[in-house]
Amino acid sequence: MSRRIVVEINGRAVEGEVEPRLLLADFIRDNANLTGTHLGCEHGVCGACTVQLDGRPVRSCLMFAVQANGRRVATVEGMAPGEDTLHPLQQAFHECHALQCGFCTPGILMTMEALLREEPDPSPERIRSVLAGNLCRCTGYQNIITAVRLAADRMQRIGVQDIGAAADGPS
Amino acid sequence: MTTTAHQIRPGVVDGIGASPLRKEDWPLVRGEGTFIADFKRPGMVHAFVVRSPMAHARFTTVDRTATFAAPGVLDVITAEDLPDRGRPIPTRQFSDEGSNRFLQRPLADGVVRYSGEPVAVVIAATRYLAEDAAELLEIDYEPLAVVLDADAAVAQDAPLLQPGAGTNVAGRLVVETGALQEAFDNAHLVIKQEFSVQRHAAVPLETRGLLAEYDSATESLTVWGAAKIPHVNRTILTRLLGWKDESKVRMVELHVGGGFGARGEFYPEDYLIPFAAIRIGKPVQWVEDREENLRATNHSREQVHRAEIAIDQDGRFLGLRDSLINNTGAYVRTHGMTVPGLSVSMLPGPYRWPAYRGEFRSVVTNKTPGGTYRSPGRFEINFVRERLIDMAAHRLGIDPVELRRRNLIDRDSFPHQVGTSYDGHPVIYDSGDYVLLLDKALSAFDYESMKRWRSEPAGNGLRRGLGIGYFVEKAGPAEREYARVELNDRGDVMVYTGSASVGQGVETIFAQVCVSHLGLPFERVTVVHGDTALIPEGMGAFGSRAAMLGGAAVMGASEQIRKRLLDAAAEELEAAPADLMLTTEGVSVVGAPARNVPLTTLLSELGGVIKEENRFVCDLLGFPYGIHFAAVEVDPASGAIHIHRYAVAYDIGRCINPVLVKGQISGGFAQGIGGTLLEEFSFDPSGQPLSASFMDYLLPTSEEVPDVEVLITEDAPSPLNPLGVKGAGEGGTAAVGAAIGNAVSDALGSEVTRLPLTPQRVMELASR
Repeated sequence: MSRRIVVEINGRAVEGEVEPRLLLADFIRDNANLTGTHLGCEHGVCGACTVQLDGRPVRSCLMFAVQANGRRVATVEGMAPGEDTLHPLQQAFHECHALQCGFCTPGILMTMEALLREEPDPSPERIRSVLAGNLCRCTGYQNIITAVRLAADRMQRIGVQDIGAAADGPS
Repeated sequence: MTTTAHQIRPGVVDGIGASPLRKEDWPLVRGEGTFIADFKRPGMVHAFVVRSPMAHARFTTVDRTATFAAPGVLDVITAEDLPDRGRPIPTRQFSDEGSNRFLQRPLADGVVRYSGEPVAVVIAATRYLAEDAAELLEIDYEPLAVVLDADAAVAQDAPLLQPGAGTNVAGRLVVETGALQEAFDNAHLVIKQEFSVQRHAAVPLETRGLLAEYDSATESLTVWGAAKIPHVNRTILTRLLGWKDESKVRMVELHVGGGFGARGEFYPEDYLIPFAAIRIGKPVQWVEDREENLRATNHSREQVHRAEIAIDQDGRFLGLRDSLINNTGAYVRTHGMTVPGLSVSMLPGPYRWPAYRGEFRSVVTNKTPGGTYRSPGRFEINFVRERLIDMAAHRLGIDPVELRRRNLIDRDSFPHQVGTSYDGHPVIYDSGDYVLLLDKALSAFDYESMKRWRSEPAGNGLRRGLGIGYFVEKAGPAEREYARVELNDRGDVMVYTGSASVGQGVETIFAQVCVSHLGLPFERVTVVHGDTALIPEGMGAFGSRAAMLGGAAVMGASEQIRKRLLDAAAEELEAAPADLMLTTEGVSVVGAPARNVPLTTLLSELGGVIKEENRFVCDLLGFPYGIHFAAVEVDPASGAIHIHRYAVAYDIGRCINPVLVKGQISGGFAQGIGGTLLEEFSFDPSGQPLSASFMDYLLPTSEEVPDVEVLITEDAPSPLNPLGVKGAGEGGTAAVGAAIGNAVSDALGSEVTRLPLTPQRVMELASR
């Protein structure tokens, strides 16, 4: 009953022999060993498991791994350009105290990264509206909206191709 | 004890009062955190907990052979497999002899008392296979009469959850101070009202989970996924396993995805998974799914209050009386009587009451067991008291702010004896200037402009209202905390703390405390927490205690290290310690940098690495205090509540990191919004949970949580600890129900007495 699939995750081909019922989230976490994608509800509400499929944010708990066969997945682990640099969104989250426990953060980053690619200059209201698809239990959301705006400003200034170069290493 | 607040070492950056970027963030934003579900061990297998589908039933496990035979299955555990058929999980605070009759055992044995109660554990190669196999388990349930409502549970003919106990009342307490009857007899006005707060809960975004591994060679056990109180839970687990030596059990905290009271308490699974790991000799992992989480992890807050207030003709409070019934669900869990105990001890709030009587009864019903949730017992009583005061203000024709002002405890009355006690700790407000905070808040938030906005027409049939909630919070106790600071010859500082991280930022704030009192740079400090093998003792993180007790211990150990270095250098340099300065390079004489001794030299003389331990003890509670303001527009036609402005003023004695404190307040406020407008665990008449998914249990999203304005003040440092801090975790939540309840009542001219304020309830209020 198992099926062989190949999914490109963060630019790397990940192969697996999977049951049709295996969730994409479990494939990413267990087969690709990328555990930055978190499962908060497994019914598509909380958004913690959001990844990008061919560039668009999706809930990896609402898809089967076989549905991603031959397609391109991006996860939070692929965001930062290097070991000691951060993506401007990650950097802005750090600077604006936009995370506390950090469990929901990967899903929010993946949602917002896609937003800023499609809409480089969203208003705070627009960010708030898009953010409503992701639950955060710690922050009250205020600092997340500030962080996304800060990242948008920086990314527009430096150009998306240079992202990461402007961010410093860990403090 | 005197406070040393504001004595920050000159030249220290990133110390107390600064807001350095968090030490915690880097792995978390990169997706490199290690939460329990991310943690794996070689050869590990998976557990699935089979739960009761019924709220109250007798049951027998008819057949488990099919489950055993299913692919990948290693074990199926029921109560008969447990020593003593499962030993009851003890309370860890606010114990009550009577409540011991209602403790939960790890697996139900013949009777289930709530939907979601564990009845068996299936261990298999994968979680998928464990769930498949669980489907094959044959259990016969024979329904029993259910009781869900607390008032119904104390009725004469109520079904009993524990017939042997002869009652559903698990605990009762009465506190009385002053001449109560006289107060009510002499009153100009008495307002009497019933209030209720709905069942809701912490619901951290990461569900619970753990991984246990037994090493038969050393007969020792390691449990990863500990949270909140690793050392306390080690003691409980050791005892339940029937082991003698706690050091054979190691609890390790990984990243923790939020706590808020519920996560990290000792639950049935905290015994079952280690037991299974020992039994089968393989590492066993269990991760709760969300449906389990909403049925099995502690609920909270379900209280009904019958309260009354007596006031004289000048608007002075004469007396307060409240009888509350607390629906604690099917069993008494680790918190014992903590939640209703806090309600009764803290109902008086920031006001003078010549007489007070508070009573609780905590009652078992066929619902998920309860425990604490951020601002436990206080979210509820702040709603009750502040609503009563507003009702009185309307009747007396006195402005609600003015009525409060007339009754606030005077600044000269501190320390203020409330006359109540909480779990053996007398409630003595340690310090405060309540009038000052009120004045500061009215000015900072421009209350006059809010009143003008209130009086302007809203249009579209909307109605405007203002609400205020003044409250006293508590911080601590768990009377002691441990810290150890180590310094090596490269200037690297390790801080070991007995407090825990639940995502709130303890690594950052303890590093700040260390920096302020040791004097070495923030970047060189590493904070280690949550590993019983590295830290000999600890009381964890709850009740806004970490900064107060953990912080004070870190301060003590840091000062001891500094003293040792400076004393040693003073001898070497023939100078007074007070004239020396410490840097990562070493110690030099102030103003004469050439007279110096390198750190390497000093430390090699002192034996390489120096270590200092500190145990801070404080058996009194700290009492931060604050005010919430809400300005709302209510649509009587749709029942929608739009929050126009929301503001929180909070005096926390002393603020270690303003950005993190504001983060605590914003996040706490969001949870208060959930509890005030959205979140409710409801059940059908048979006790089936109707809110077991995020489609039915509504957490607030960014669209429901407006920005909150925050004023932090430090006018009343706590005299109870040398930092002067009081803990800041819960004030954002404490009075949201109170302030919004008052604002909606003001808007509609109709008294809010029940939460949550769902659109339906608001429409009902509007039509009165």
